[in-house]
Amino acid sequence: MRRIAITLAFIALLCGAGPAVAERLVVSLSNHRVAVTSSFVGEELVLFGTIEPDPVTRPLRPPYDLVVTVTGPRQTLRTRRKERVLGIWVNVDSREFLRVPSYLAILSNRPVNTIANPDTLRRLQIGLDNFLLPQRIGTDFADTVSDDPFRRAFVRLQTQQGLYRESATAVTFLTPTVFRAAIPMPAAVPTGSYGIEVELFTGGNLVARTNSALDVIKTGFEQYVADAARDYGLLYGAVTALMALLIGWFASVIFARD
Amino acid sequence: MQIYLPIADLPVNVFLILGMGLAVGYISGMFGIGGGFLMTPLLIFVGISPAVAVATVSSHIAASSFTGALSYWRKRAVDIALALMLLSSGILGTATGVWLFTELRALDQLDLMIGISYVTLLTVVGAMMIYESVRAILRTRHGMPATLRRPGSHTWLHGLPFKLRFKRSKIYVSAIPVWAIGFVIGFVGAIMGIGGGFLLVPMLIYFLRVPTATVIGTSMVLTLVTMASATLMHAATNHLVDAVLALILMVGGVIGAQFGARTGQKMRGERLRLLLGLLVFAVGCRFAYELVVKPDDLFSLRYVESG
Repeated sequence: MRRIAITLAFIALLCGAGPAVAERLVVSLSNHRVAVTSSFVGEELVLFGTIEPDPVTRPLRPPYDLVVTVTGPRQTLRTRRKERVLGIWVNVDSREFLRVPSYLAILSNRPVNTIANPDTLRRLQIGLDNFLLPQRIGTDFADTVSDDPFRRAFVRLQTQQGLYRESATAVTFLTPTVFRAAIPMPAAVPTGSYGIEVELFTGGNLVARTNSALDVIKTGFEQYVADAARDYGLLYGAVTALMALLIGWFASVIFARD
Repeated sequence: MQIYLPIADLPVNVFLILGMGLAVGYISGMFGIGGGFLMTPLLIFVGISPAVAVATVSSHIAASSFTGALSYWRKRAVDIALALMLLSSGILGTATGVWLFTELRALDQLDLMIGISYVTLLTVVGAMMIYESVRAILRTRHGMPATLRRPGSHTWLHGLPFKLRFKRSKIYVSAIPVWAIGFVIGFVGAIMGIGGGFLLVPMLIYFLRVPTATVIGTSMVLTLVTMASATLMHAATNHLVDAVLALILMVGGVIGAQFGARTGQKMRGERLRLLLGLLVFAVGCRFAYELVVKPDDLFSLRYVESG
């Protein structure tokens, strides 16, 4: 789906803007591996980049706008809505969001709706309102309108957790062609592979794009425990139960003074 | 000091969790109960999902009841025959509870089920304990002897078949109520993340007429085994037991319990029961409030699968 959108965007670019490909993006990420350890409380990654003329003879066309979209590993989540049933609040209705990013950050140098027109933004899936979040509706899969109550609640809850965000100040231009983007990684960041899409606009048109990637990994003891719990559930349970007995026994030995 | 919990998947303050362990341990030592009915709500309050809280607390209770069981064992205050009889059905109850827990979780109704179970069980048991202890206090104030156990008095429970004799407790009762009690405790424990000590002790006293000398020790052995097996089953089926969280809770819990036990020994029995009744009732009311009052956010998210 996304690949189709990208292809379409390129076709549109080639047909509509003609020989518009005059810029090239060069980016570098401060760190390609975020290690989640027992003392992990969040981190901020920095993406640096420059806009270069390509081919060299063509002039640059500032001012530029830049949008960085960071997507975390895909997961399926269910959004549930409570309703009052017989005086108590019960989860009644729910929607499943299929293979949506566990982390989604849309970072730009100014509000995305001022960078390009709504059609372009929707086609390129730029902004939380335009990003494709497919829902299971009956037997069908589709993204709904951006003001669907379940979609809004989903984005709001993910935003509250710091997992989804749209920031119009996270990208700063140090010179008209050198930029810096701050990618916040909250403490509860999901582990896995992340994709970074960098898109350059001028005059409301996409003129260049590039991508990068990073990995968020649990390391050391945390990883070991999480893996053990998932892969060797019974053994893990036995070890935990044994630990409980050992601590209980220790306490009775240490404090048995009567 | 923050520490990242690998299964709950969130960072918590070690001292906060340790403090909670100490506080609940103090109360559990004071009343001779596991304290799960306090610990589980506290963990949920800190932000740990109810499912992880219930599964993890079972291992915490196993630790504290093992300490208790050992000290009662040394005082020869455990009726091993009675404990084994209760256990034979208790394990079955726990397995049923864990199964239902998994089913409800898939239906998105687990949080509701935990909430409703807490409300009904805690308010009813709390109210009964308050009523009984207030009456006992009034009786002693009027100079009447506070007799709970009337030797020789029989109820319909004593007419049931399959009678067994339990030597240490000096009782002669049918196996049916023993099995039923074991099943209920195992089931409720797995669903609610409680050891069930505050339920089991009154049940053993009122229904089976188990003497006070062996009731707490026997109850602790049962709690120990049901909670240890609940830990095992929750870990094997739902992968929800957080060993790091459990470890911090256990350390706090066993230390707190020692100080609590000292305070408890200085207090009079019926006062202690009144206090415990009020506590149980208050926790029940807190859950009722949460179910009835409109939540701040009607929407909530649940993780289904990765990829």
